[in-house]
Amino acid sequence: MATTPINEQAFSEKYGPTLQYSTGASIDPGLSPDASVDTHCCFCGQQCGITLNVKDNHVIGFEPRYDFPFNKGKLCPKGIKRYLQGGHPDRLTTALMKDATEPSGFRQASYDEAIREAAQRIHAVQEQYGPEAVGVLSGASLTTEKAYLMGKFARLGLQTPYIDYNGRLCMVSAAAANKKAFGIDRAANPWSDIVGADVVWISGANVAECAPITTDYVWQAREMGAKIIVVDPRITPIARTCDLYLPIKPGRDSALFHGVLHLMIEKGLIDEEYIEQNTVGFEALAKLVHAWTPARTAEVTGLNEKKIHEAADLWGYASTSFLLHARGIEHHSHGVENCSGAINMVLASGRIGRKNCGYATITGQANGQGGREHGQKCDQLPGARDISNPEHRAFIADVWDVNVNDIPGPGVDCYEMMRKIDKGEIKALITLCFNPKVSLPDNTFVGQALDKLDFMTSIDFFASETAQHADIILPGSLQEEDEGVVTQIEGRVIKINKAVEAPGEAREDWKIIQDLARLLGREKGLAFEGPAEIFEELRRASAGGISDYSGITYEKIDKQGGVFWPCRSEDDPGTERLFEDGSWNPIADGAGPFYFPDGKARFICAEYREPTEITDEDYPIILTSGRVVSQFLSGTQTRRIGPLVDQYPEPLIEIHPRLAEKFSVEDGQWARVETRRGSVTLRVQVVKTIRPDTLFVPYHWGGKKSINQCTISAQDPVSKIPEYKVCACRIFPLTEEEGQAAHA
Amino acid sequence: MLDPTMEFFLDPSRCIGCQACVQGCSECDTHKGTAMIHLEYVDRFESPQTAPVVCMHCDNPTCAEVCPADAIKKTPDGVVQSARKERCIACDNCGLACPFGVPKVEVTGIELMMKCDLCYDRTSIGKKPMCASVCPSQALFFGTAQELKTLRPQSQAINEFQFGDQTISTKVQMLVPKTDGTNPIDVTGAMASMSVDDMMMDGLYE
Repeated sequence: MATTPINEQAFSEKYGPTLQYSTGASIDPGLSPDASVDTHCCFCGQQCGITLNVKDNHVIGFEPRYDFPFNKGKLCPKGIKRYLQGGHPDRLTTALMKDATEPSGFRQASYDEAIREAAQRIHAVQEQYGPEAVGVLSGASLTTEKAYLMGKFARLGLQTPYIDYNGRLCMVSAAAANKKAFGIDRAANPWSDIVGADVVWISGANVAECAPITTDYVWQAREMGAKIIVVDPRITPIARTCDLYLPIKPGRDSALFHGVLHLMIEKGLIDEEYIEQNTVGFEALAKLVHAWTPARTAEVTGLNEKKIHEAADLWGYASTSFLLHARGIEHHSHGVENCSGAINMVLASGRIGRKNCGYATITGQANGQGGREHGQKCDQLPGARDISNPEHRAFIADVWDVNVNDIPGPGVDCYEMMRKIDKGEIKALITLCFNPKVSLPDNTFVGQALDKLDFMTSIDFFASETAQHADIILPGSLQEEDEGVVTQIEGRVIKINKAVEAPGEAREDWKIIQDLARLLGREKGLAFEGPAEIFEELRRASAGGISDYSGITYEKIDKQGGVFWPCRSEDDPGTERLFEDGSWNPIADGAGPFYFPDGKARFICAEYREPTEITDEDYPIILTSGRVVSQFLSGTQTRRIGPLVDQYPEPLIEIHPRLAEKFSVEDGQWARVETRRGSVTLRVQVVKTIRPDTLFVPYHWGGKKSINQCTISAQDPVSKIPEYKVCACRIFPLTEEEGQAAHA
Repeated sequence: MLDPTMEFFLDPSRCIGCQACVQGCSECDTHKGTAMIHLEYVDRFESPQTAPVVCMHCDNPTCAEVCPADAIKKTPDGVVQSARKERCIACDNCGLACPFGVPKVEVTGIELMMKCDLCYDRTSIGKKPMCASVCPSQALFFGTAQELKTLRPQSQAINEFQFGDQTISTKVQMLVPKTDGTNPIDVTGAMASMSVDDMMMDGLYE
């Protein structure tokens, strides 16, 4: 049974989180490294270039990589301290097996024993309940080779449709909206186009904390004369000195986009020629936004009407522009509609597909882009192919050398998998690079669901909150212990280079997955020699697809400093900017720059919808969640790095002084935030930089500090992204004793 | 020797408070685990504004002038160094006197004054200082005057600061908008006239 260990303290004494600081070799000034490996940061989607210094098979430090064109040496605090994972005391170096006689709940086991037991248990579940009783959860921080392998392993090795990944919590709303409007899902422009824009519009993106290096592009645009518009319920560091700040009410973004488009039409600030030649569906949209007068928009969005006029003027009169958005507009039960609203505004301006005219979502995870293209998504096959499309299935069946009927159909999103586990439809679970116990909303339910599994195994480098549920933890690899490609924020495919060997019995994740396949007797097509061989097959599997990597090689990446996909042949240098006039793609086949048979982009017409849970008498405050600069995602890695934890040790409840006064909470005081799902007790930070109807809590912590005990599991009907950014809550002040007691 | 064409520029309006500079500085071999750069919120209640402070490397360093042990020296290329270990008596005169609040005694737990030395170990061999290398917003910028002219057309570099009766000129330069630049910057005067707009309330529906 996949229940958590009884003694949490005994578990954490053995497996952390322990705060690692520089010691030993990493502080010895006389030491010269054995090797300096040019690679990339393991954390966010920007994938900054970094050089890792290695001594005695440990990463002991770093040096800025000035040669990588995206960051030219720049790094955020996470990238600087990432090396402290090297030789970390919490690192799993053996397999662990659940053992009730051990205080920590686990005993160390040989890899061989653990993998055999894992395979046997999976086999037993499949024998009894059928192949579909096993599910796989994987992640978008994996290399593309591993992501590809996970999809193939689930479909062929396990014969289950149930695989999904944590990109589901990341940018799937943007991905869906991009596919609807453009027929392709990738940043439309390289970041260098930001610098030449007249106006940079940033909606729901805490750029300075979540994509710090992008800040320089925005500031550089401003230095060259651009106006910066920031739409956010909080005055984030990027909002502080912007030219126009719109403190929008959480969950109301599509209303703002409708309202701006209304004004653009009214003032004649749309590009009629572009719309006529390159798009379809504008008339219906114009009819819809006609009702979105400035007065109505202001009332719904909670914005000063004057600001909406100013935004429409700045955007409307610009001759070049770049629109960026991120989770702030995507994490909603109408996330796709929000993104469509943003895209509508871009298309109506005609400013896309040209130099300095751009649009992009800021991808969150290391391989947020590549990880969503090659088959670990529940409805997808490699090359961004559709698992329900007979032609696509036939193509992949041919590459995989299997009968097309051997490829299962579409599965369900990761949260629906939790519901299936809860209902007993999925009995066994394999997780890699996903910490749903912390990262999914309403995570008390998630924990209860995991407890119901007959069998669970987690491949992990540190024992995450999710791995604690596992019957068997298999020691996997850190990013620097393997090689492979990832696709960063701009659509640039880059190469992660191996710096050290995995310690002890730990090993590369792809080896563990292939061992499982072999022990299940399904090694056919799952016996690669290494990432290079997987990549060669991935190239063939993506050929002719939308995400076409067929012309990319490790050598070309090295030579060019990255390759933008699509890259369709060996002599194709790649595609830096999408939708350029006269550009070719396999769907339009010359009819136009967009990825539809007629080559035209689509305006998506969707009426504004409210968030799922709106405030009422019982729960009168909006709760929103997000990140801080010093932590990354569910904190599995960054909560173990001392200097990063010191920077922002505990989650705080951000609240406006007006709201604080109303509910009698003071700066530094303990308070309890409650929603219909659960509650969390944390200290309060009173600031004038958040809307006076909204609370903000960052989400990187597990257990009693997790705000995802409170968030709502409402999902977008298309993208299935959860609504992390808005639900209803209330707040109560607590005494020091009550606060301490809540965490005792 | 420092490349004389390479200069250090500081633009606090760009700062996002991410602490990359602090974390990067603490990676230096000579003071591992401790940062010499200071980064603080100006007033977090009002705003997320932060101010990074490196040693400004004054032409006539006040810290050196007030040092009773004559421990603080400037290199021929203009870098004011940390107090010499064999001379420093940890009296903290330098820390109290520096108008920018840069030197600190006991930063590394060894009861000696230490401060930012412009990453002399890096800059003297042609590398950029660590903080300006990593700074994501490039609030900390290390480059030539020509690069600055191309990259920062809206900004002017100022290296004179007025603190009451004292005028200080520095090697490190402060970037201010061309539209409201004055030279010298009246630091104490500006502190007296500080006002904060309510950016949040201005934007809300009424």
